[in-house]
Amino acid sequence: MQFDSITAFLDMGGYGFFVWLSFGFGLIALLTLVLQSKSALKRAKSDIAKRIVTEQKQKLAAQQQNNHR
Amino acid sequence: MWKWLHPYANPETTYHLSDRVIPWFGWLSGSLLTIGLVWALLFAPADYQQGDSFRIFYLHVPAASLSMGIYLGMAIAALCGMVWQLKLSDAAVAALAPVGAVFTAIALFTGAAWGKPMWGTWWVWDARLTSELVLLFLYLGVIAINNAFEDKQMAGKAASIIALVGVINLPIIKYSVEWWNTLHQGATVSKLGKPAMSLEMFWPFVVCFLGFAFFVATVTCIRFKTEILLRNSSRPWVKNLMLEQAK
Amino acid sequence: MNPRRKKRLTIVITLLIGFSAISGLVLYALSQNIDLFYKPSEIHFGKVETGIKPEAGQRLRIGGIVVPGSVKRDPTSLKVSFDLVDMATPLVFNDTDPTVTVTYSGILPDLFREEQGIVANGTLQPNGSVLASEVLAKHDENYMPQEISDQSITKEKYQY
Repeated sequence: MQFDSITAFLDMGGYGFFVWLSFGFGLIALLTLVLQSKSALKRAKSDIAKRIVTEQKQKLAAQQQNNHR
Repeated sequence: MWKWLHPYANPETTYHLSDRVIPWFGWLSGSLLTIGLVWALLFAPADYQQGDSFRIFYLHVPAASLSMGIYLGMAIAALCGMVWQLKLSDAAVAALAPVGAVFTAIALFTGAAWGKPMWGTWWVWDARLTSELVLLFLYLGVIAINNAFEDKQMAGKAASIIALVGVINLPIIKYSVEWWNTLHQGATVSKLGKPAMSLEMFWPFVVCFLGFAFFVATVTCIRFKTEILLRNSSRPWVKNLMLEQAK
Repeated sequence: MNPRRKKRLTIVITLLIGFSAISGLVLYALSQNIDLFYKPSEIHFGKVETGIKPEAGQRLRIGGIVVPGSVKRDPTSLKVSFDLVDMATPLVFNDTDPTVTVTYSGILPDLFREEQGIVANGTLQPNGSVLASEVLAKHDENYMPQEISDQSITKEKYQY
């Protein structure tokens, strides 16, 4: 262990601001990337599912119209 | 000769393959990054000149080298797409670009936050920093083109051209520190032979680098799945898959 | 490969080679401007490739190693002056090496010390010194813990 206390760890030998600025930015950027990627996949899936449902409904409606004639 | 590769040019096979590897890559990345970052931040020794500010190295260098590695992968995918006209290649290009852009941004940002205390400036227009900034713009260009066209096939073609042309930038970034005099120092770990750092500093770097690399693999696979779905949304296999998952 | 693919591959590769050649030439033409700084010897004798010599009053950047024992600080202000010599590995200082004096008034970066690489931004004075408005530290690619650094310095000393 290179540091004696939590404060020493946070201080990073006087460079705390720059070190934690870097790692903080990295963490936020990577987290945003993961969450955005996951939500994009979810959105794509639900969009496709919705489209399938509408298509099926249209098909059904068309069939019913044909039956009425 | 390339016959064994053919099943992987099939979107359905590739979709399921990425689906299967995602949890493995995710776990590997998570555990390697945890070990690596704790090692880097708590146990690695401080540098004799730069003190603890040197710890930014463990984020800056993996991000910078992966930003170039991702671009190389994207360019190879673009080349395959142009020559063999695989739709999957377009999906790979579209999936890789945002990941690469984020890593380039991290490399630039951490570089600035490291340069301020050590060099005395956030930014300087030297060849290394400028060419890395150009890399960010190349990524943003690929992303913008992919979003600009309604027609995915057109978008894929245009994005591939940008991706391929931009490859010129990679050797420029890599060798900028040797070809010109720059404020940025030379390579530490990609040197042939011994890395220019002591081993107790080098091992945590290896663990961090692998962790970030598997992170790239995980996120790319997730985005790749999305891109495959969007490009094949009217195929029967996608419909069946969606119906199955809706149950 | 079927002929159509072969044709596409040739077109793509030709375009790539052509583009690399063009950008290579452009970079070559620009290469003297891409350099961030002049070395002290280049201020004395001009750039090696082009012979371009900076003139007095010109804004420029100079990069070199701080000559040990040349740092003079003004006790009453932030004024400081030091000599720079060309960077070379391994570090050797000869009295005959061309040096350039840099004067600066301001806070120096943390890494500023003797035998450290420095890039200074300023104007060339008629007497051949550089009046800097900004001083940046350039460090090398070697990282090591304090103990190893101490050892390697003593090792070097024993060699002489």
